[in-house]
Amino acid sequence: MAVTLTPAGSTARRPRPARDRHHRGVSRWVVLALVTLGALVMLVPFAFMLLNAFKSPGDYSTGGPLSWPSEFYTKGLRTYWSEVDFPLKLWNSTLIAGSVAVLGVVVSLLNAYALGIGRVRGRLWIVGLFLLANMLPQEALIYPLYDAAKQVGLYNTRLAVIIIFTVIQSAFGTYLLASVLSTFPRSLLEAAALDGASRWTVLWRVVFPNLRPTLAVLLIFFFIWTWNEFLIPLVMLIDNSTQTIPVALASLQGDRLMDAPTTNAGSLISLVPAILFFLIFQRTLARGITAGAEK
Amino acid sequence: MALPETVAGPRRPATPPETAVTRRPRRRGGRAGYWLYLLPGAVLFVLVIGAPLMGTVYFSLTKWSGVGDPTFIGLDNYRHLLEDEVFWTSFRNTLAMIVAMVVVPTLVGLVLAAVLFDVIGRRFRPRTAAALRAAFYLPQVLPVVVAGIVWGWILRPDGAFNGLLDAVGLGALRHDWLGDPKTALPSVMAVMIWVQIGYPVVVFMAALQRVDPELYEAAEVDGAGWFHRFRAITLAQIRPETFVVALTCTIAALKVFGPVFALTRGGPENATNVPSYFAYYTFFKKLQVGYGSAISTVLTLIIIVVAVVFIWMQNRSERQDRGV
Repeated sequence: MAVTLTPAGSTARRPRPARDRHHRGVSRWVVLALVTLGALVMLVPFAFMLLNAFKSPGDYSTGGPLSWPSEFYTKGLRTYWSEVDFPLKLWNSTLIAGSVAVLGVVVSLLNAYALGIGRVRGRLWIVGLFLLANMLPQEALIYPLYDAAKQVGLYNTRLAVIIIFTVIQSAFGTYLLASVLSTFPRSLLEAAALDGASRWTVLWRVVFPNLRPTLAVLLIFFFIWTWNEFLIPLVMLIDNSTQTIPVALASLQGDRLMDAPTTNAGSLISLVPAILFFLIFQRTLARGITAGAEK
Repeated sequence: MALPETVAGPRRPATPPETAVTRRPRRRGGRAGYWLYLLPGAVLFVLVIGAPLMGTVYFSLTKWSGVGDPTFIGLDNYRHLLEDEVFWTSFRNTLAMIVAMVVVPTLVGLVLAAVLFDVIGRRFRPRTAAALRAAFYLPQVLPVVVAGIVWGWILRPDGAFNGLLDAVGLGALRHDWLGDPKTALPSVMAVMIWVQIGYPVVVFMAALQRVDPELYEAAEVDGAGWFHRFRAITLAQIRPETFVVALTCTIAALKVFGPVFALTRGGPENATNVPSYFAYYTFFKKLQVGYGSAISTVLTLIIIVVAVVFIWMQNRSERQDRGV
């Protein structure tokens, strides 16, 4: 599969003379207007959410969902923030996604070192297995994992979720890095070997520095994917002290507390971290997305 | 499978025997030593993926409520599945998800990517194209469940969509979009298109960067119009990426869970039920672990078959390109 990391702008285009009669003049503006309209439609749900996150319930029932808020009402935000103990949810999500990102990259790198550089026997089958594992529905794993977690006392712990996602994410990471490493310049490895470097040294002094940009992209993707995960955290994390941001919001859905403005306020608070990641890592995301097969 | 080639990469050059002296010195343990690096990953893999998968397959042959011991009942769960109307409905709904998450996003994504790259990226500033691309891509990086909850509110009877219809004078069309079995599935599909559209746009725009501009220039000189060039050059050149997008999106559509959970919980009357939600509900609400395992096992098999067929088709098309 053509899963590759394409460096942004790796193929610099030379400027082309503007001689294309089809895009001169008016028609290009029409195209721009249409695409911009499409982009705005994509953003409309966020506008609705913002508009109603700062509205009082009374205001909502009299003015409806499209009216401008009659006052800048922040009680919905504050209610959600304190009711779900949002800082704790933020910490849970950060701890889980951060640990998975780091551990997942380390495990992927170790696996890929054996498969891509070490070329251990049967590596094609092993890599195929990892690729397949990446496609499995989580429902095919969830009940035995849930059952086992209960038996070993890891049920309702963040550690259980960290371990599970480290493995799931590293299945993809191993597949990707093994194919990147199989084209690693042999001369570098041989030079290091002639200097008497051990395998461990080669991994951390030669392979790791060369792979750092790819690993950074992988780290960010693992973080965001894990942050957004839902089924396994929903099943594994059942109380307030362990739940992640999406699970906390979803488990309040339909609750008496969640009138329309509070639902919007809660969604807004829950989306802010992800939107921040998006803005911070936009460039990396665009660069790595060809590697980021959506789950 | 395409896999072996990609993974093996350039094979080690067949070194003639006389150069053997220059080969890197063999280290202790030879190649076998690399197994050590695979050990932690392999142990974790067996514990978290291999064993649970086997467990699910085993449970699918039993009757079990999650407490006590499972009773072995052979293929009874599978026989039951074939007669279960909900099971067939959930897989029919998967086809709808494939339309919403694969067919529409891929087709629209191709056109959008070509337009963003070719027209907007070149006739305006590239920054404009990047900003527009970001707007399309944003839903892809958000927790899909949270986005689903916002959409669930928008489509409620008192939600923003009905408000919008009122505002533009179409109040007669007001509707309980997710509550009516007739409109629930199309509504969920619309949300999934919104979620999914950015992925093909970004992948195809990256793919277009590697297409040789001279191809377009030559076609322009020959007087080919934009649409003609799009069909003859763009589509042909980015076919590998189209395969990847189609495969990953199809698998995502087969696995879709979070949005259905957030929007409809599979309702009303199973109108939006999908296999993964059906399995979740059977496991944890109906406490029929054996039956839930059978649903999951069937879903897993379908995904494996789809993946193998896709990869086989991709290989065949690559071979044809090479003229073999």
